[in-house]
Amino acid sequence: MNALQRHRRLTTIWASDPGLRGWFTTVNHTDLGRMFLMASFFFFIVAGILAMLIRAQLATPHSAFAGPEIYNQIFTMHGVIMMFLFAIPTFEGLVVYLLPKILGTRDLAFPRLTAYGFWCYIFGGTMMLVSMLLGIAPDGGWFMYPPLTGPLYSPGINTDFWLIGITFVEISAIAAAVEITVSILKYRAPGMSLDKMPIFAWYALVTALMILTGFPPLILGSVLLEVERAFGFPFFQADLGGDSLLWQHLFWLFGHPEVYIIFLPAAGVISTVLPVMCRTTLLGYGWIVAAAVALAFLSFGLWVHHMFTTGIPHMGLAFFSAASTLVAVPTGVQIFAWIGTMWRGRPELRMPMLHLLGFFVTFVIGGLTGVMVAVVPFDWQAHDTAFITAHLHYVLFGGFVFPVLAGLYYWMPHVTGRKRFFRLGEFAFGMIFVGFHVTFLAMHWVGLLGQRRRIPTYAPEDGWTAVNLISSVGSFVMAIGIAMVLIDVILNVVTAVRGTRNPWGAGTLEWAMIQPAPAYNFASLPHVTERDPLYGTPDMALRLARGEGYLGEPRRDWRETVTVDIASGRPDFHVIYPANTRLPIVMSAVTGLFFLSLLLKAYWITPFAMAGVAVLAWRWVWSLGRKEDIGPQAIGQDITVPHAAQVARAPGWWGSVFLLTANATFFGSLLFGFAFLWTVAPGWPPTEWLPASLWELGLGLLGAALAPAAMHGASRALRRGGRPRLGLALAFGGTGMLAVSVGAMMLHTPPPVEHAYNATLFVLGGYAMFHVTLGALMIGFLAARVRRGYASAARQSEFPIVTLWIDYLAAVGALALLAGHLPGLLA
Amino acid sequence: MLAGAAAIFALVMVLLALPFLRRGKDAPEARGIKVWIIGLGLAFPMAVLAALLAYGLTVGERLLPRAEDGAIRVEAEGRQSGWTFRYADQPGRSTSGVLHIPAGRPVDVDITTGDVIHSFWVPRLAGKLDAIPGYVNTLRIEADAPGDYAGVSAEFSGIGYAGLTFTVTAHDEAGWQAFLGDDPQ
Ligand code: HEM
Ligand SMILES: [Cu+2]
Repeated sequence: MNALQRHRRLTTIWASDPGLRGWFTTVNHTDLGRMFLMASFFFFIVAGILAMLIRAQLATPHSAFAGPEIYNQIFTMHGVIMMFLFAIPTFEGLVVYLLPKILGTRDLAFPRLTAYGFWCYIFGGTMMLVSMLLGIAPDGGWFMYPPLTGPLYSPGINTDFWLIGITFVEISAIAAAVEITVSILKYRAPGMSLDKMPIFAWYALVTALMILTGFPPLILGSVLLEVERAFGFPFFQADLGGDSLLWQHLFWLFGHPEVYIIFLPAAGVISTVLPVMCRTTLLGYGWIVAAAVALAFLSFGLWVHHMFTTGIPHMGLAFFSAASTLVAVPTGVQIFAWIGTMWRGRPELRMPMLHLLGFFVTFVIGGLTGVMVAVVPFDWQAHDTAFITAHLHYVLFGGFVFPVLAGLYYWMPHVTGRKRFFRLGEFAFGMIFVGFHVTFLAMHWVGLLGQRRRIPTYAPEDGWTAVNLISSVGSFVMAIGIAMVLIDVILNVVTAVRGTRNPWGAGTLEWAMIQPAPAYNFASLPHVTERDPLYGTPDMALRLARGEGYLGEPRRDWRETVTVDIASGRPDFHVIYPANTRLPIVMSAVTGLFFLSLLLKAYWITPFAMAGVAVLAWRWVWSLGRKEDIGPQAIGQDITVPHAAQVARAPGWWGSVFLLTANATFFGSLLFGFAFLWTVAPGWPPTEWLPASLWELGLGLLGAALAPAAMHGASRALRRGGRPRLGLALAFGGTGMLAVSVGAMMLHTPPPVEHAYNATLFVLGGYAMFHVTLGALMIGFLAARVRRGYASAARQSEFPIVTLWIDYLAAVGALALLAGHLPGLLA
Repeated sequence: MLAGAAAIFALVMVLLALPFLRRGKDAPEARGIKVWIIGLGLAFPMAVLAALLAYGLTVGERLLPRAEDGAIRVEAEGRQSGWTFRYADQPGRSTSGVLHIPAGRPVDVDITTGDVIHSFWVPRLAGKLDAIPGYVNTLRIEADAPGDYAGVSAEFSGIGYAGLTFTVTAHDEAGWQAFLGDDPQ
């Protein structure tokens, strides 16, 4: 088989379906990555137009452009779209497109999940756009503080759009994060040990782990607030044992890490692009990885700095102020490592480099004002003024938009396979840079003059007129610059100037393929021996195309790849990916139906939608099964590895580990909320506790012990070639006992609308009940597998996965029951 | 603080510009790490931050209310419709939109809310402090001279947010006694 034949053969195996149909059935990461990026840039434009409306409104005093009802929606939606529908999805899109290529493999870990996440993002985003077009968009500011957003003061549907639409979109972030984590840990080119991994992958890994632990508090907050709005559970109502500060804690527990979730991928782009622009390699690789990890850890301890004016005790202020200034250290390490890289090399002012310089100038200013507002007395003045808005844009625009633009120009030749022809980009950069600084320097200034954020208008006597006008003019200059970038990109796509391969002379693997990228990425998988493989082996692309790497001979219609041992990069399993399917889009549509039924309060649809998701999920997993053993597979270079169905730690197991990490964070946040209300909220203790019952508690704890033990037994039996039926039956019984016990607890809980204690307990019970149901379904699934002959010692990998879930459900079930019964027992 | 920030910014800009002017030579990585990462990346920010923190904490300390120093107590209640003020020295008395205080004496403002979250902010007298359902937050203010000071709500509170303003009127001693004696009943 020569290179061309191999290309044709692999293309038929890997390509998306032809025509329009392909858009809806594709699971290919290159296609989905491009779709993600197109959608997120679309949302950037939408939010940018909203920003222009804000600036038009504020340009003159007593503006009659929009009344407060509309203006509140405009700035809220600007913030919401930028943060949730532009920044995070841009990261997802970039990573989905780039990661398998830069890691030297053929796709991400769970291709159908990529597609599912994408469609959840599109449907959720559409929901938000519709609310805006109908004039019923969220209007409580992007952080939505109750009680303003509670049922009493915002009875309309606006807030529900935020709570439900954004939660829907977050599914895609969680899905992407699970997928990215597993892909980076397991799906790399053979030989790529962790220390040879491209720096971009390290940043993506840290970001993904942060999403898994940062988003659940927000999702929990949204669930609680929506339940309060829909059913009157008083989580955030002070007179009924709730506390509006709980929302602020949950929101900022997410909101601060969010800033780094946005910045770190951008830093990954900088660390990748900058050395290439300077014809050298990155200074201090290990230090940069350590700094990124440190930043991730630190960022979870800072959220209180958004609450300095809420009356936090003095010691708390001092601690969080000190911790907040501390993030400047790992950030400083990265900045100076980059500057040091420039000193080592010979920087050239090519297009991506311009935007990198834009990043440096802007981000350093944003960081310095950030340190200033971390100083409490200063924050007491600056908080909630235009100074803060200006600061956050220096950080977000400087730390995200400029690097993304650098990345856009850097990878555009990769996506289009063409060369830039017109010199529009340089000019556009100038406009954006100047426009940005005029806009936001002016906003710093007017903030110090006392202009509050989020006001629709002001009076001429305030003395802010000239500064605001300057700011608005600047923003229109910037808008023209961004429009020119758009034109530049479109021209690039349509003009037919073929580019050269690897135009920047980069060392990473994404350039070792034809451009635009083929559906299968690499005709054969490389063996990696250094951090910048193309510097050591410049003809890598040719060799791989000739099939000199792993898996060079396509077999059947299999989409094949290999996974590697996490630390060493030694090949360990053979994987066959699922092919194109409509399942992801259908499943996300049914998921959307679930959210829509909540939004429109058509609760009779909700159970049907949930059942629909369950049925589709069943089919999803079922279709991966085989009736015959695959056995060990030769992957070339005289290496043979087991097939993934055969092993206990299959990719699905790792996926479950990380999904459960997010899930456990959600549960932990719920327990945190419980403890917070108990110790801090004004209206405690409640008048009555749950009537404790040793019988119910005992039954539940027994079930929680039985189910995992039996499940482990079933797994072991199958692995040894025995029969898992008894173990499965006992595990099912164990979940049943838990269900009875948790159900009894929920029944005996005093009415949830009367006190936040009752409400929290009810939600704890509901959470446990959901997992019990899920666990029972999973056990039923395995039983069906066994009956139909889909399970054997060589096809056992689903058993450890379910065992993991049963372990988890037993733990959360037991904790929920203890949280419910212990206070009554001790009282 | 601003001058310090400007100096750091200027330093970074110079460091950024220099490599474009000189011909780079691939210096050994170990030296680069010592200079750039350990020196400028770690040591430099830590020194700056330590200084800043010491400053912030001492200034913050001075802004705190101290007990038993004869401060006047007033109560400020925020609502979406406006601020209402009550006076410990004259129970039953309340004013809307205008808070009366004596000049030259410390005043502790107990901040509460009747509906959503607000924030009490008189830029020339003190920083802001939130009014949160179920809590009483106390802010120490002091006006050096008699006169009117503009105050605003500084936490977004819905439709009427822009217009949610008030005035603090600081009286001289005679004016303050007159205000107290000026019984509404
Ligand atoms: C394209 C250029 C941009 C312009 C001209 C712009 C302008 C503005 C303005 C004037 C406000 C303040 C409204 C007010 O409270 O008075 C604002 C708020 C905000 N912007 Fe931007 N912005 C831009 C880009 C971005 C980007 C890229 C992000 C994030 C990735 C972002 C995130 C936010 C957020 C979170 C808020 C706060 C919204 C709220 O108060 O609820 N903006 N923007
Ligand atoms: Cu923060």
